Amino acid sequence: MAPEIADAIIRVRDITVQFGATRVLDGLNLDVRRGEILGFVGPSGAGKSVLTRTIIGLVPKVAGRIEVFGIDLDAADAKVRRGVERRWGILFQQGALFSSLTVRQNIQFPVREYLNVSQRLLDEIMVAKLGMVGLKPEVADRFPSELSGGMTKRVALARALALDPELVFLDEPTSGLDPIGAGDFDELVRTLQRTLGLTVFMVTHDLDSLYTACDRIAVLGNGKVIAAGSIADMQASQHPWLRQYFHGKRARAVMG
Amino acid sequence: MNGDPTLERIAQGNGLALCAAGSWTARFAPLLEQMVADAEKLDGSRPNIFIDVSQVSKLDTFGAWLIERLRRSLSQSGVEARIAGLSANYSSLVDEVRRVKAGPVVETSAVTISGMLEQIGRSVAGIGGTLVGLIDMLGAVLAATGRMIIHPRGFRLTSTVHHMEQVCWRAVPIVVLITFLIGCIISQQGIFHFRKFGADIFVVDMLGVLVLREIGVLLVAIMVAGRSGSAYTAELGSMKMREEIDALRTMGFDPIEVLILPRMLALVLALPILAFLGAMAALYGGGLVAWLYGGVDPEAFLLRLRDAISIDHFIVGIIKAPVMAAVIGIVACVEGLAVQGSAESLGQHTTSSVVKGIFFVIVMDGVFAIFFASIGM
Repeated sequence: MAPEIADAIIRVRDITVQFGATRVLDGLNLDVRRGEILGFVGPSGAGKSVLTRTIIGLVPKVAGRIEVFGIDLDAADAKVRRGVERRWGILFQQGALFSSLTVRQNIQFPVREYLNVSQRLLDEIMVAKLGMVGLKPEVADRFPSELSGGMTKRVALARALALDPELVFLDEPTSGLDPIGAGDFDELVRTLQRTLGLTVFMVTHDLDSLYTACDRIAVLGNGKVIAAGSIADMQASQHPWLRQYFHGKRARAVMG
Repeated sequence: MNGDPTLERIAQGNGLALCAAGSWTARFAPLLEQMVADAEKLDGSRPNIFIDVSQVSKLDTFGAWLIERLRRSLSQSGVEARIAGLSANYSSLVDEVRRVKAGPVVETSAVTISGMLEQIGRSVAGIGGTLVGLIDMLGAVLAATGRMIIHPRGFRLTSTVHHMEQVCWRAVPIVVLITFLIGCIISQQGIFHFRKFGADIFVVDMLGVLVLREIGVLLVAIMVAGRSGSAYTAELGSMKMREEIDALRTMGFDPIEVLILPRMLALVLALPILAFLGAMAALYGGGLVAWLYGGVDPEAFLLRLRDAISIDHFIVGIIKAPVMAAVIGIVACVEGLAVQGSAESLGQHTTSSVVKGIFFVIVMDGVFAIFFASIGM
């Protein structure tokens, strides 16, 4: 059992998730500290996305307890849950932008639903968010089908940040981006974390992201977190998968 | 200190300090906007204004932007406005929003009468395009059929059988049930009204001719347009959205051959079968009602039916079925391939597939009626 961390923004305890007879997560424990960028890695199909989706409540769990912002999500009533949902933002792997709304409407949608503010402020905040993710206001009236892959991710991030959440889940934010774009994206996440004081839970496969963006790394294997700590801890680990991951050909290339 | 946000005005010599306090966050955005709007109305009587944010306990993009907006609008009205007391934590956020260029955002035009008229005009002009699209698809399908006849090895039997199962076999229960009920209703209504003239038995003539020539095939075609035409459009449309059709094309496959031909063939084979089953079910239902409600016993019914109808009636009905199937299939495929990137577009094209499919089925039925009348069938 992981030692208790006082200022944990997400506290996951003994989570078990099962699809039919396959146990995907098996008594998993994880803490995410306030203000950190946690990189979450693991082999394909290990259940990284399943854990993310379990925390945000899209996948039912068989056993265990999840606390976000110190609130037990199972015990919370609908109103408290909505309050929690307002305080987090989620970037889905494929962006999940609403295809029949423009970029402007996509970003404004959560703001419009939750806050009663003027159209002027909505537009200004939308431009500010687009600026934060490195996009020009001109893209505001495009539809998601008219965006490139990198732009889709940026717009999706802008939508995730629309309500100034305290916690952001990023599911493979740099997959499908070119290395320069991915590097920019890591930089962006870092900057936003500093300026907005975000906590970031990032599922990733990208070694560069782990080195440049993440404060701490957690590794998923056999349905559990097999290691958690700084990049140095990971490199020092003797676990076979970790050794292969952090000392493989690609890792050496990244470390230079 | 984490309470409601405030913006106090404190006079300082010939200047003014606006002291912001509390949490300037999204939660309080409507209140903040109001306060900032009030403060913006300060006239230029005071040459310099400090916006003191040292008492702000929490700040996010909304708060930072509203402070920045206040500073800008005061500066514009000729006041020297400065932000003071910014903590190190929040200065980067304020720097970030300072870069925002808040030009007037171009609004998409509202609904106007000329816009509506333009929409109507475009729709009417679009009818021509629709017809061309249908003829285009018909040509492409016929060309693909021709290629299949020359090179039968490229024919996709598995796919065709799969679609046959979907559009024919799985449609049988609902088609039979509905046509059975329609047969019952026609028979009941016929008996009810014919009885007034003592002409009960003629209900058999009416039922036979109506079901075999018109209702059987027309009703089944409408059901198939709603059931399978919509499914084709949705399938092809979502494949188009996910670039699966482009992928096929780049691998050197013709989407017409791979996707559309098996679907078309399945539909063209399915509709005559369904129309036949439907006609039988309707006759059965009509006979049952004639017996139980009208007192026409089955033997008399069959005897009368044999006199009333000829094979011509049946042929007239069944010959229409494959043509209607082709029309439904072509409309569905054209609409499916016309789907654009959004979920809304998929919905629109699926709707329009069913509507146009049914429309063309009825038009075809009318054309056939004229044709058969003029050749005396």
